[in-house]
Amino acid sequence: MDFLRPETLAEALELKAARPDAVPIAGGTDVMVELNFDHRRPAALLDLTRIPELREWSDGLRIGSGVPYVRIIDELGAQLPGLAMASRTVGSPQIRNRGTVGGNLGAASPAGDTHPVLLASDAVIEVASVRGTRMIPADEFYVGVKRNALEPDELIVAVHLAPAKGPQQFSKVGTRNAMVIAVCSFAISLFPEENRAGAAVGSAAPTPRRAVDAEEFLASTLDFASPKPLLDSVKREFGELVSRAASPIDDVRGSAAYRKHALAVMARRTLGWAWQELLGQKNGGGEHACA
Amino acid sequence: MTLTPAELTSAVSGGIGTSPQRPDGNLKVRGEFAYASDLWHEDMIWGATLRSPHPYARIVSVDLTEALKVPGVYAVLTHSDVPGRNQYGLEHKDQPVLAVDVVRYQGEPVALVGADHPETALRAMKKIVVAYDVLEPVVDMETAADSAPLHPGGNLVRHVPIRRGAQDLQADVVVSGRYEVGMQDQAFLGPESGLAVPAADGSVDLYIATQWLHVDRAQVASALGLPEEKVRLTLSGVGGAFGGREDLSMQVHACLLALHTGKPVKMVYNREESFYGHVHRHPAVLYYEHGADHTGKLVYVKARIYLDGGAYASSTPAVVANAATLGVGPYEVDNVTIDCYGLYTNNPPCGAMRGFGAVQAGFAYESQMDKLADALGMSPVDVRVRNAMTEGSVMPTGQVVDSAAPVAQLLKLVQDKPLPAGTSSDIRELPGGVSNTTHGEGVVRGVGYAVGIKNICFSEGYDDYSTARVRVSMVNGSLAAAVHTAACEVGQGLVTIMQQIVRTELGIERVTVLPMDTTIGNGGSTSASRQTYVTGGAVKAACAAVRSRLDGRVDIGSEVIDETVEWRHRATEALDPVTGQGNAHVQYGFAAHRAVVDVDVELGLVRVVALDCAQDVGRALNPQAVVGQIQGGSAQGLGLAVMEEIQTSGGKVRNPSFTDYLIPTVLDMPPMSIDVLELADPHAPYGIRGVGEPPTISSTPAIVAAIRAATGLALTRVPVRPEHLTGT
Repeated sequence: MDFLRPETLAEALELKAARPDAVPIAGGTDVMVELNFDHRRPAALLDLTRIPELREWSDGLRIGSGVPYVRIIDELGAQLPGLAMASRTVGSPQIRNRGTVGGNLGAASPAGDTHPVLLASDAVIEVASVRGTRMIPADEFYVGVKRNALEPDELIVAVHLAPAKGPQQFSKVGTRNAMVIAVCSFAISLFPEENRAGAAVGSAAPTPRRAVDAEEFLASTLDFASPKPLLDSVKREFGELVSRAASPIDDVRGSAAYRKHALAVMARRTLGWAWQELLGQKNGGGEHACA
Repeated sequence: MTLTPAELTSAVSGGIGTSPQRPDGNLKVRGEFAYASDLWHEDMIWGATLRSPHPYARIVSVDLTEALKVPGVYAVLTHSDVPGRNQYGLEHKDQPVLAVDVVRYQGEPVALVGADHPETALRAMKKIVVAYDVLEPVVDMETAADSAPLHPGGNLVRHVPIRRGAQDLQADVVVSGRYEVGMQDQAFLGPESGLAVPAADGSVDLYIATQWLHVDRAQVASALGLPEEKVRLTLSGVGGAFGGREDLSMQVHACLLALHTGKPVKMVYNREESFYGHVHRHPAVLYYEHGADHTGKLVYVKARIYLDGGAYASSTPAVVANAATLGVGPYEVDNVTIDCYGLYTNNPPCGAMRGFGAVQAGFAYESQMDKLADALGMSPVDVRVRNAMTEGSVMPTGQVVDSAAPVAQLLKLVQDKPLPAGTSSDIRELPGGVSNTTHGEGVVRGVGYAVGIKNICFSEGYDDYSTARVRVSMVNGSLAAAVHTAACEVGQGLVTIMQQIVRTELGIERVTVLPMDTTIGNGGSTSASRQTYVTGGAVKAACAAVRSRLDGRVDIGSEVIDETVEWRHRATEALDPVTGQGNAHVQYGFAAHRAVVDVDVELGLVRVVALDCAQDVGRALNPQAVVGQIQGGSAQGLGLAVMEEIQTSGGKVRNPSFTDYLIPTVLDMPPMSIDVLELADPHAPYGIRGVGEPPTISSTPAIVAAIRAATGLALTRVPVRPEHLTGT
């Protein structure tokens, strides 16, 4: 196995063009497990850890694909609460020190923790090759089980994600209270100025996916500009629509029926928390509510 | 001046009753401890094991041609290369070193490769062509006895009946139930590892992480066709055991490859292979019926217990005896009818794991006691106290419990502990934790109690002993001692205990623990909570022999006092094969738990808020180690209650990884309040009572009882899954 260590992005793109079979590696929290378990035998690894610009974020926000979860939690928690919440559920502290959103996107596992947040928050993935740069909206990025929209010569360079325009929530069910892979997960992002919300499910379909009907239901039902307390029936309908957006399977981590049930509960609850926070902001001068 | 032992004790620190620092503690925390997987030898090659992908199949042919052509391969071996007896086993020699014409479980070893690099070995292994004729596996323990026989004698490994008192009684209140226990794994963190080094005379040295050097040696020598003295074992760094290292894994395989190639051979399983490389806790189906009078006094208990032993016997016979003899729990019952069956199936082989049959029975009888309390309108503690055994009580086997049995006291101790504050508003303390599934919605608190009983040391007439050698000489002008045994330190702290005993007995502070190996006599198994009792007893006896020669001297010049003692606990008896009567056990240990849980009843997620324990340990030789054992045992019981299960389908393991076989983290296990009673057992050295296993037994049912209290659900199976709590 060749181990390629580019110093610059340009060099990395050249290498990837020359060796499209090279597997990019940043934190290694996913790739190394696959290698150790012999699930994967790439002819080459492309080490991205020496490329400074992948490890930086800038206002806007443009987050380099190699920024580890721990920095998202510590440095971007206020601007991206949803992504920080999801990052906080990734693995153990050691894993969060190494693992990156870029790696989550590269693996494109339906169970990846950050995907629902990226979908619900209108993230755009910046990918590059020697041929140029492409901006791929998150909901066009996941194309199949552990498959993404990358061409063989492309690398994930950054994630573009605007600072939260409204309350965001992320919730994940696992059968342990920490360090657990998702049985299913859910993210919601409110965009009060646009009178809409984003909603997405994880680990409940072949790919992470938006709950489009649920989003449309909220946009048509709720008044984001002058929010009133949520009716229980709205929460329930929203939960049902989120649940219906999923097409989960029975597997060793949980039953399909449980996943659909849990998604409805999480959707209901997270909508309630996000809405409560919005109510607090509109009525109570930015007071942070925690229902 | 001549000092008595008592005076000497006060003169040295680090004796019994204190908690000196463990020699391996800091090294382990810093990642510097040398485990068996760190073994290295110049010029060594690597061994790898080709395993069956099928739970049950005939082997039609094995073609090694292409594998042997891989550059760097030194040997590819099959059963025909086993020079001795190709069958081994702890109790029945029914398991082939390498499969001959049939495989009986997924993961059964079929062939071995020795190569210059693990990668080479892996590549060669993939070129071995095995043709299988796949057969329909036997996977249901309840019907296994009537299914096609997997072994010549049929599929019943052992049936233990218990018949005591009247067999057909009526009672005011009768409760019955069917309970299931899933397959738990020991999940030790250091996977199976060993290094075999051949010698010019055809003998072999094996450095290995194991629980019992001498029984390993006997099985290895038999398979290699060598006299035992030509097989020398030395204990390597053991990363946890919990019963999973009692059976052989690669011991014979590494030695075979070493003797065949003339090279040192290292073998290390990875995590996935480890799940196939050791036995698990027996899954169980248990049918119980309890009859009581209107005051709550038990009139009778009837039980029918099935334990799935999987493809090979391992220690199933002894596990069956435990589940049967301890099947009513720590309660006085005059009329008992129990039938306990251990079966062969094509599921993964099951054998020893902490609690050893008492865990499965404990979940069922404690669930029954709660059901009885409900039926009687009594509190769970009251119904238990009403029936609690005491010193002098008679077991269902007829054996009189002849030392402390403070069952009621243990229950009251945990009952009287302060309850934790109400449900937290910090998500880190709620079900789901930072996964942010609830801010209090759907969360209901429940409290549950359980108490358990475990036999300590080996039972049923087994000649259970240990050998200890203590040597005293002058070092730099003062007395120093060395202690040598073959008893395995697997992380439980025996090295510290042995030092403490020598310090107390001889008043010598400097005590060296020599490497554990087979150059000394048998130390017995590190299991059945027995090493402090039996090897501790042997070290104490060896010290007494040294002390009489020392005769009070503090300067012995160039003399070396060297004494070796073989020490055994009092004898036990076999069980009557028809009535199950007999003084089968050496000692009984008891622990009680009170669990407090918060359950998110909508999502089916559980957080154990408190898991307090009271246990009688006879005497705490090392109080910190005792508490550590209770915490660890309780955590393992928590795992079985809410998450730990090897899931199988058609005999195949579905979750051989730590991604999907979950064990509790620090955020799942609450801090514990622990009461340690020291009610000395007059029959045991220092009065000690085995510590490691009892807390594993009561932890699980206490947690499930608490979840029942929160949800009102029957919950007859462990581990409890979110699906069980949400009806999905």
